[in-house]
Amino acid sequence: MFSFLTRTRGRGRFDLTDWLTWIYLFAAIFLMFGPVAWVALSSFKTEAALQEYPPRLLPLAPVTTTVEGHEEPLQLYRVTGGEHEGRVLAQIRRIGLMAQMVDPENPDERLQVSINDRQPVREFALATENYSRLFQRFNFMLYFWNSVFITVVATIITVLFNSMAAFALSKYRFRGRTVVFILIIATLMIPPTINLIPIYMVVSQLGLVNSPWGVIWPAVATPTGVFLLRQYMLTIPDDLLDAARMDHASEWRVYWKIVLPLSAPALAVLVILSVMWRWNEFLWPLIVLNRQEEFTLQLALNSFQGELQTAWSSLLAMTMLTLLPITIVFAFLQKYVTQGIAQTGVK
Amino acid sequence: MAVVELEGLVKDYGDVRAIHGVDLRIEDGEFCVFVGPSGCGKSTLLRMIAGLEEISGGELRIEGERVNEQRASERGLAMVFQTYALYPHMTVRQNLAFGLENIKTPKAEIERRVGEAARMLQIEDYLERRPKQLSGGQRQRVAIGRAVVREPSVFLFDEPLSNLDAELRVTMRGEIAGLHRRLGNTMIYVTHDQIEAMTMADKIVVLRAGVIEQAGTPLELYNMPRNEFVAGFIGSPRMNFVDAVIDSTAGDFVTVRDASGNRHKTAVDAHGLSEGEEVRLGIRPDHIVVDSEGSGLSVTVGSVEQLGGESYIYCEAAEGTFLTVHLDGQTKIRRGDEARVVFRPEFTHLFRKSDGLAQRRLVVGEAV
Repeated sequence: MFSFLTRTRGRGRFDLTDWLTWIYLFAAIFLMFGPVAWVALSSFKTEAALQEYPPRLLPLAPVTTTVEGHEEPLQLYRVTGGEHEGRVLAQIRRIGLMAQMVDPENPDERLQVSINDRQPVREFALATENYSRLFQRFNFMLYFWNSVFITVVATIITVLFNSMAAFALSKYRFRGRTVVFILIIATLMIPPTINLIPIYMVVSQLGLVNSPWGVIWPAVATPTGVFLLRQYMLTIPDDLLDAARMDHASEWRVYWKIVLPLSAPALAVLVILSVMWRWNEFLWPLIVLNRQEEFTLQLALNSFQGELQTAWSSLLAMTMLTLLPITIVFAFLQKYVTQGIAQTGVK
Repeated sequence: MAVVELEGLVKDYGDVRAIHGVDLRIEDGEFCVFVGPSGCGKSTLLRMIAGLEEISGGELRIEGERVNEQRASERGLAMVFQTYALYPHMTVRQNLAFGLENIKTPKAEIERRVGEAARMLQIEDYLERRPKQLSGGQRQRVAIGRAVVREPSVFLFDEPLSNLDAELRVTMRGEIAGLHRRLGNTMIYVTHDQIEAMTMADKIVVLRAGVIEQAGTPLELYNMPRNEFVAGFIGSPRMNFVDAVIDSTAGDFVTVRDASGNRHKTAVDAHGLSEGEEVRLGIRPDHIVVDSEGSGLSVTVGSVEQLGGESYIYCEAAEGTFLTVHLDGQTKIRRGDEARVVFRPEFTHLFRKSDGLAQRRLVVGEAV
């Protein structure tokens, strides 16, 4: 690992290309991973820290202390100028440009400090309550379950339907095969927004509004999936299928025992795509699911953003939780993605 | 075990007819080889018997029962493919067991039959491996094993040895022949290699352009080819053909005159021949004698192949007639030499130029 990372083009020293490579890679990491990291760090900030300007990268919380004679905990400041320079004082209240402060060691004495001469004392503190609140006050698990149900069921059906269509289109010769295939591919040219209303009318007629099935059924037939799988299945030799037929296998068994296992890399690609599509889908569930109990995570996230105020801390925490499952799925299946894409020639 | 009968079997691809009404009866326990140049329809015919290609016309009967409408999975035949077609995602054991699982054979029975086939084909040591980890010869054995475990009534082989190297091919040829002796099943074997056909077959079927040119035992085809095509196809190196006209049909021999005026006697039935008719004289390389001083056809040696135990000389007679001559042992003849060759009359074949059909041979020199 180390020798891989420190490998250079020039022998033993850094070549110009090495510098360029490193700069390029770091820039890419910063651009792609930076925002995610910021969201992750910010999700642990308290609401007050989030409002702070200028913003800070690390979740730092102001330190407070209880001082005798004051009921509320007081915030601690380090004095940076003036007569009390260098002391750590607790602020009682602020009056105009002056702050009335007290030394926690000596609670009876009131001190006046200019607000420009003090810096709040901070410490690194993770506001895990952002997360725990999601589970306590907010029905996170319900939305999570809704999202998981829609994603998993839709993905299973997508893979099943698309692979069957791809099997027929790649391995059977029948009249109109090319026409059917072209028709399926042609639907890629229609922007989804155009379909929105007709599909909604169908879904509504079927009584699927406010049901997860209203999100699942319109999504399972994907031209991309059919195309991807068909291209892959074309590379499976026909002899294998014939051999299975000679081995008494019915067409169903040929599909199930030979074609499906051999298409595994392409199926993995489709699984990842489908999981990402369904998990991140927003517009269609927003239209079909109106009742709060049926909300997916994405819709619940949206509901944090009110017209007048936004609960940033909760929103950020939930964003992180929403990102997590898809990251895990991707991490496990990513090697198939490169493999599958390389083999099907689909980009 | 089963008799396979083909009656007027036809295959059309759109407007193109690939198989033109084939009639054939393959006896129980017979090793039948379909042979022919590429594109002759031999593989198509085999796939029609297997049920992998639809039959456009005619009737196919196995054990006397019409099976045209049955799917491949219902006919109970087993096939070995040219590409082996082993399931790459299964181990050798799973490959062998797949067919039996499909017909719901009990576990213990599957175990027994797989073990038996593996022992017979010496693939026991790699039952748990995947096809990718096997060599060509081992894969071939597994493919045969997959057919054997099913204990089918008829085995079909589609050019099974063409992906192997020459040495392995000879070995596997012997093994398949041995398998046939042991099991005694009907086997149908497709190849374009006439040596495979000659060495293994009980019956050879020579096909050209979707038509059976001749069917018979290997020696029948070798000795009595029905036409010029079969004569040229069977036997290696191929038979020499010389254009000639009938000179006389008197006596026991027919005498023909070649383009340079040499006369050759040939021991064939003169029936139906007329003087002056254009014919082709056929003679195998083994039956041409180099006659150093004598008369005979004068030729120029183009190249010489010395194999040690035997030699071949490739020479050109006048008017672009090329001859291959086989000589026992080693020869002193060199490239560019002039020589005279004589055809042995009792070994010659005569074909009518109009339709390529052979005249019946009165004496078969090879069989004496």
